[in-house]
Formats: sequence, C-alpha cells, structure tokens
Amino acid sequence: MREFLKHRFKKIYEINQRYAKPRIQTTRSVRFALIFLKLYLFFLLGILVLKFINSLKGS
Amino acid sequence: MQEQVKAQVLAAHTRRRSIGFIPKLYYHYRRMAKWIAIFLAISGPGIIVMVADNDAGGITTYAVTGSRYGYGLLWFLILLGPAAYYVQEMTVRLGAVTKRGHAEAIFESFGNFWGWFSLLDLVLVNWLTLITEFIGMTAALSIFHIPPYITVMVVSIVMGIMVLQGRYWTWEKVALLFCGLNLIYIPCAFIVQPPVSEVMRGALVPGFPGGFNGNIFFFLMANIGTTIAPWMIFFQQSAVVDKGMDEKDIPFGKVDTLVGSMFTVLVAAFVIILTATMLKGIPIQSAEQASVAMMGINKYLGTFLAIGLFDAGFLGAICISLAGSWAFGEVFGWAHSLNNKIREAPWFYGSYFIAVITAGAVVLIPGAPLVEITLFVQVIAVTLLSAILVFLTLLLNDKELMGKYTNTLFQNIISVTIVSVIIVLSTLYAVSVLFPNLFS
Repeated sequence: MREFLKHRFKKIYEINQRYAKPRIQTTRSVRFALIFLKLYLFFLLGILVLKFINSLKGS
Repeated sequence: MQEQVKAQVLAAHTRRRSIGFIPKLYYHYRRMAKWIAIFLAISGPGIIVMVADNDAGGITTYAVTGSRYGYGLLWFLILLGPAAYYVQEMTVRLGAVTKRGHAEAIFESFGNFWGWFSLLDLVLVNWLTLITEFIGMTAALSIFHIPPYITVMVVSIVMGIMVLQGRYWTWEKVALLFCGLNLIYIPCAFIVQPPVSEVMRGALVPGFPGGFNGNIFFFLMANIGTTIAPWMIFFQQSAVVDKGMDEKDIPFGKVDTLVGSMFTVLVAAFVIILTATMLKGIPIQSAEQASVAMMGINKYLGTFLAIGLFDAGFLGAICISLAGSWAFGEVFGWAHSLNNKIREAPWFYGSYFIAVITAGAVVLIPGAPLVEITLFVQVIAVTLLSAILVFLTLLLNDKELMGKYTNTLFQNIISVTIVSVIIVLSTLYAVSVLFPNLFS
C-alpha cells in the first residue's frame, strides 16, 4: 500500500513538473479569459457556500 | 506554347463531353458510394455523443416540458441543435489535429492549476451524472417490476462486456445500436397523431406559453443544460483520438456531428410532441411518472416511453463513464484505448469499473440523498462547462497548435456568441436550482 501511494504521488509530481509551464501564449485575451474564469469560480463557490449556510439555518 | 496548352485543354474538354450519360452516372454513383463507405467507417463519435446527450435527465426534462408547455417551446429546441453542433464540431478539429484528448490539451496549454481543476471537476460531475443515469434506469425498469439491484447488476455487467471485448470499433457499433433504440420516440409520436398545424406553429413561431416568467425561464435553462454538457466535449475529442481520425477525416467528422445534432433535436422534439399530445396539463415531475401516466392511456406507448428512458440512461452511462477514464489515462500516461486488452490498460479499465460500480451502489443505498445529488450535479456541471467552453475557444484560436484549422473570424463570432449565452444561461440555471424562489 505504501509503495502504491508512493508511486502515485511520484506520478502526480511528474505531471506537475511536466505541465508546470503553460504552453499557450499569454496574450491579453488569454489573460482576461483566465482572470474571468477564476472570478467566476469564486462566484459559484460563493453561492454554494450560501446555499449550504441557508440549508443549515433551515434544518 | 500558350496555343499548345489551349489546344490540350480544349481536347480534354471535348473528351469529357463525349463521355456518355451512363458512364457519367456510374462514375457519380461510384464516387458517392465511396464517400458513403468512408463516412460509415468514420462516423460514430458525433452521432453517439449527440444521441447519448438525450440521457435520462434529458428525457425527463423534455417529458416535463411537453406536459407543461405543450408544443410551445419546440422552437427553442430547434435553436439548440446548431449550438450543440458548433461546440462539438470544435472538438473534432481539436482531436484530429492534436491527436490528444481534451484533458491533456488543457494540462499542456494552460498548466497544472487548470488541468487539475478540469480533471477533478470532470471526474466528480461524471460520477454524479452516472448516478443520475442509474436512477433513470432503475426507475424505468421498476415500472416492469424489476428490482433496482438486478438492474444495477445487469447494467454493470453489460457495460463491462462492452469495454472488455478489446476493440473500439465493436464498442462503437454496439453503442450505435442503442442510439437507434433512442429513436423509439419518433414512431410513438406519429402513433398519437398530433395536430400537425399546432406542432408546426410551436416549432416555427417563437413564443412563451403563458408569458415569460420564472418557471418558463427555468425550463429554457434546463433544456440548455441537457443539450450541452461538459462530458460531451471530453468524450468526443477522446473518441476522435481513440478512433484514429486524422486531419483529412475532419469533413466526415463534421458531417457525423451534424447528423448527430439533428438526431438529438429530433428525439428531444418528438419526446415533447408525445407528452404534449398525451399528457398536456397532467402534473408530471419525471419521465418515469410520464411512462406510468401514459400506460393508463395507452399501454404500448407507456411501455415504449419506459424502454426509451432506460435506453437513454444506458447510453448516457456508457459514454460518461468512458469520458472520465479516457481523461485520467491521458493525463497519467496510462494506456487508455478501448483497443487495449485489460492486461495492457489495467488502470484505464480499473477507473472505469470503479466509477460504474460505485455509482450503481449509491442508487441502492436506502435513503441516499438522490434528489440532492441531482441538484448538485447541475451546479458542478456548470462550473466545468463554462471553463471548458472558454478553454475550447482559446485552443481553437491557437495558430501554433491548430495551423490551418484555427477558427475563422466567422466561426469565432458564432462560437463566442454561443459560449457567452451558454455561460450566462447555465449560470442562471445553477443559481435557480440552488435558490428556486429567486426567479419566481
């Protein structure tokens, strides 16, 4: 089991190393799209948290 | 010199004109037969992904839409067909040019953060959607008094046999057979003899039955959510790669996707026509309820509706489970083709079976929060869909990657419009699922 986990973590480390640098050129439109996505994800996370709090209050 | 060339061209032209009608016809026949043979060999991923898009959740949405709004929202579904085509067509080009699945393309182009986000979100949303497919299948067969555990066991075994036979080609042809069964709604709708003029009005004249309100808005968004889903993008691109499609096959891949998008709209429209004709005004909450209610009116139609629901869930399940395993295989570098034997690709098949068995097991847990899962899956799907659509558009504009297959200005205008509308509406859908009273 330990060997298995060690091997898996090693693989994840390798993947992180392999794809550490994004290949796509970070033009203005790419930067804008990625910033938009991050903000959008924060928004969705926010409404999920809100829903969770509401359901806790409801119960 | 110029005179000589002119004479040669004239001679060739005269020769062509002198070919008789029959040889010309034979030539065109042979050309067409060759084209059809190539198309039949290459087609598959587009038709399968589009038909499987009408999964258990989709059939439920269409059945409820038909029983509530009659034929009034048919026009909206017809608009969704081209939107689905344009999104999926981009995956064909991306897969055929890069020979990589979508997960790997995101890792490579956008780095670790977005790569892991997409992969883990895909795995989560696929697994949750797989649960909803099992819910649909068990509900459909429970109408015929088949216990859920039998359904889950048999379906898991059949899904296992389908992938373990060791050839992508065979898997695809079996999947296409099930796609054929999905068309069962079309003859059903003809049997009930709907009023053609009303159907045509609903299909061609845009309008909102009962006025535009929160409820109808919810249904419009639900129909978008069932027509364009994140797993479809991953599935089709990986299927294009697994099938070994090349750049020269792109035109055939596009036709395959176009035919699939027509099928998906046809099936959705005919489910609406069927339920609008037979169940208008009856408060239906699910496709299972629609089948039972239909059985009360016409036993055979109700039975066909239930069989169709099972088939829709099964088609969704076989595609969704593969999309996740392909994505994992691409990123982790495992062998990940249906052409591999289980010995050659143990992790690929292992992840596939883990997803299928655990999703099936959740449905069998007494008191499992299935309603919450169905709601939650919409929100998670929206987080991934928006990200994937943005990545897809950026990748298709990467000249270094796509070469001459980069999006043209016209394609960009269409895709950016579609992507923007889908992001806005699917987000509103997710919000309305979480807060149902917000838009009412």
